[in-house]
Amino acid sequence: MSLYQLTAHELHDKLKAREITAVELTESVYERIEEVEPQVKGYLTLTKEVALEQANAADVGFKNGDEMSPLAGIPIAIKDVICTKGVRTTCASKILSNFVPPYDATIMTKLYKQGAVMVGKTNMDEFAMGSSTENSAYQITHNPWDLNTIPGGSSGGSAAVVAADSAICSLGSDTGGSIRQPAALCGVVGMKPTYGRISRYGLIAFASSLDQIGPFTKDVTDCALVLNALCGKDEMDSTSVDVPVPDFTQSLINDIQGMKIGVPDEYFAEGLDTEVADKVHDAIAKLESLGASIEKIILPHTDYAIATYYIIAPAEASANLARYDGVRYGYRTEEPEDLINMYKKTRSEGFGEEVKRRIMLGTFALSAGYQDAYYRKAQKARTLIKSDFDAAFEKVDVIATPTSPTPAFKIGERTADPLQMYLCDVMTTPASHAGLPGISVPCGLVNSGLPVGLQLLAAPFNEEALFRVAYTYEQNTEHHLLKPQIFNVNDK
Amino acid sequence: MATITTEDVSHVANLARLEFNEEETKDFTEQLSRILDYIGKLNELETDDVQPTSHIHPLQNITKPDIVKTSLPRDQVLANAPEAEEGYFGVPRVIDTD
Repeated sequence: MSLYQLTAHELHDKLKAREITAVELTESVYERIEEVEPQVKGYLTLTKEVALEQANAADVGFKNGDEMSPLAGIPIAIKDVICTKGVRTTCASKILSNFVPPYDATIMTKLYKQGAVMVGKTNMDEFAMGSSTENSAYQITHNPWDLNTIPGGSSGGSAAVVAADSAICSLGSDTGGSIRQPAALCGVVGMKPTYGRISRYGLIAFASSLDQIGPFTKDVTDCALVLNALCGKDEMDSTSVDVPVPDFTQSLINDIQGMKIGVPDEYFAEGLDTEVADKVHDAIAKLESLGASIEKIILPHTDYAIATYYIIAPAEASANLARYDGVRYGYRTEEPEDLINMYKKTRSEGFGEEVKRRIMLGTFALSAGYQDAYYRKAQKARTLIKSDFDAAFEKVDVIATPTSPTPAFKIGERTADPLQMYLCDVMTTPASHAGLPGISVPCGLVNSGLPVGLQLLAAPFNEEALFRVAYTYEQNTEHHLLKPQIFNVNDK
Repeated sequence: MATITTEDVSHVANLARLEFNEEETKDFTEQLSRILDYIGKLNELETDDVQPTSHIHPLQNITKPDIVKTSLPRDQVLANAPEAEEGYFGVPRVIDTD
């Protein structure tokens, strides 16, 4: 077995025992990148030089017998929405094509302190707006399970590189499902922590009341290790919350006896692929056989989550993206007539179609005469969606649903109809409105060989319950061990 | 909820500092109408007595002590600027000198 195929915790044991070096591991990951990246196209920027320096530093620590973090020497890929000092950060947009951040996001500082190795920056839907990574201004990322299909989005690059073993783990961001949905479609573990768990300082803003950073990993243990490194109050982000951060590895307990798991009918309604439904029902039956009690619950406002999301997120985006004016950084149009003309031309040339659509939608929803009818109405609907969850978590510890209504679809299949693309997020946006933590874990393959994800949700700041259920499920199944046969696909 | 016209789209585009040609304006009008039509389902909800949620945590305004700290050096801040001159960001002329 090659080093790039292993998990972070397996690699940590080898690094600690000095069976391998971090430089060997990093070289192994870059060899894998050379092998698969021409087909997967998950990376926008590779940072091999920096990575080898970081790996060298980790090796010195291991050699000296220093106390080393579980992430020391581990190659991690970073979604290109997270600011990395001195390394181009584009948000997969033309408007930031030449942007080199003068500072690191708080989570990058945290990762570097842990001795992690940055492999590169991953592809995404422009400004994290999309569900397929087809909205990148640079390239289309291919799902390693079937190169003709999308990897999900918006963190499609981060999901695909972990699935293809061209990173050991990665970071993404989730606004309405952008970690959980691609994790499901690429057959890896992906977690959106509670809103406020992780500092957003240096995360380029899309919808500030929803955005949250989180990990993609090959198993649940790695997910807990990465999350341990990221959490905590940060004075640079006033919305990060000052709550105790547990050691999440303490929740990796292979026992769910007596835990209550709620199953909402609303998530198994029309539009759900029957094979996906079967796999998720099988997973729920498995959890029951492992000792959990399964309870039917109702989340009556589920059906309004997408409509609510496509007001609130674009409204916040229209304000956040006002900063791209061609003055302080990024792209500027050539030879503008005057200042206003410069703004208009810069933005119209620099933003892609979906980003413009959402700015338009958001600006409309906030404009004079429409704000109460749209934005305020959506904020009230958000309250109702959140109340559904509050009531449900009075009765159950965790909620189990599908992560995505379908497996990965073909590249190009849904690009013509924006509304169809928006409906991809039907299973993930409700929890985003309520700020809940959610995890997607692999729960099998459909007949065509594409992965299905089981989504688990818990009350705010109860990630521990998610880890316990996800870990127990993983320890008693083998779905997470399946790997895409990427070269066989290529041979077709 | 309202139907959206090409005039609305042009008005909103100006507010958002975007510009579209005739065909793009027509496309956006069609797409935004369809999306807003779907969003119209929120009208099924009775929300008169519901408080809006802007944020999921009960956070109030958060302040920090007013202490002067070192910020980024000017050359680093200007390094990403499309146009910089004598320590300032450069923009097209705003005030006529005639």
